[in-house]
Amino acid sequence: MIGLSAAPLDPDALVRAVRSDAHGAVVTFLGTTRETSPGDPRPVVALEYEAYDSMAIAAMEEIAAETRERFGPLGIAMVHRTGRVNLGEPSVAVVVAAPHRGRAFEACRYAIDALKSRVAVWKREFYRDGETAWIANTPS
Amino acid sequence: MLAFARLREILGFGARELDLPEGATLDALWAGLTRDAAELAPFRASTRFARNGALADGTASLRDGDEIALLPPLGGG
Repeated sequence: MIGLSAAPLDPDALVRAVRSDAHGAVVTFLGTTRETSPGDPRPVVALEYEAYDSMAIAAMEEIAAETRERFGPLGIAMVHRTGRVNLGEPSVAVVVAAPHRGRAFEACRYAIDALKSRVAVWKREFYRDGETAWIANTPS
Repeated sequence: MLAFARLREILGFGARELDLPEGATLDALWAGLTRDAAELAPFRASTRFARNGALADGTASLRDGDEIALLPPLGGG
């Protein structure tokens, strides 16, 4: 399951989609909306994500394939939200199922780092004072 | 041509058909856009171009029917 979702993410459904009896470990990474942005004291009340759908999905599929090449046979789900995401809700989920936990953790880390640097998604923060700003990722 | 996030807001549109001379480059497209929206100019260094879903240099020349996108710094995750 790879893609974009305008609806709230369902991590349990992603775990069910990737896990099989060959897997002894499932690692779920959820990126959730945070109340403050580094270096900005204004409280954030919500985020909004915009995507270049075709390019974003192609990059996520490429990352999933790369992750399998590097870490071997895995179950991978990767879904990013679009639209408004309220404080505390997940904006992205990466779920990796692998035979053992070491590979599951490493592959999940690789996939989320690659997603943040390569997938055509943009984020706008909405502050309590009514202002908004587009926020670019910094290297992890 | 597609524009996203801050660039979409500056231009005032997210998608538009453009008529360009055959063989026009992405740099020339950008120059034309900044003539109409001068406030776009400072964003050149942080903007990447995509042509038909793949990143492209400013020197890439365009063909009829190409899908061009202006990509500001990414913010996913």
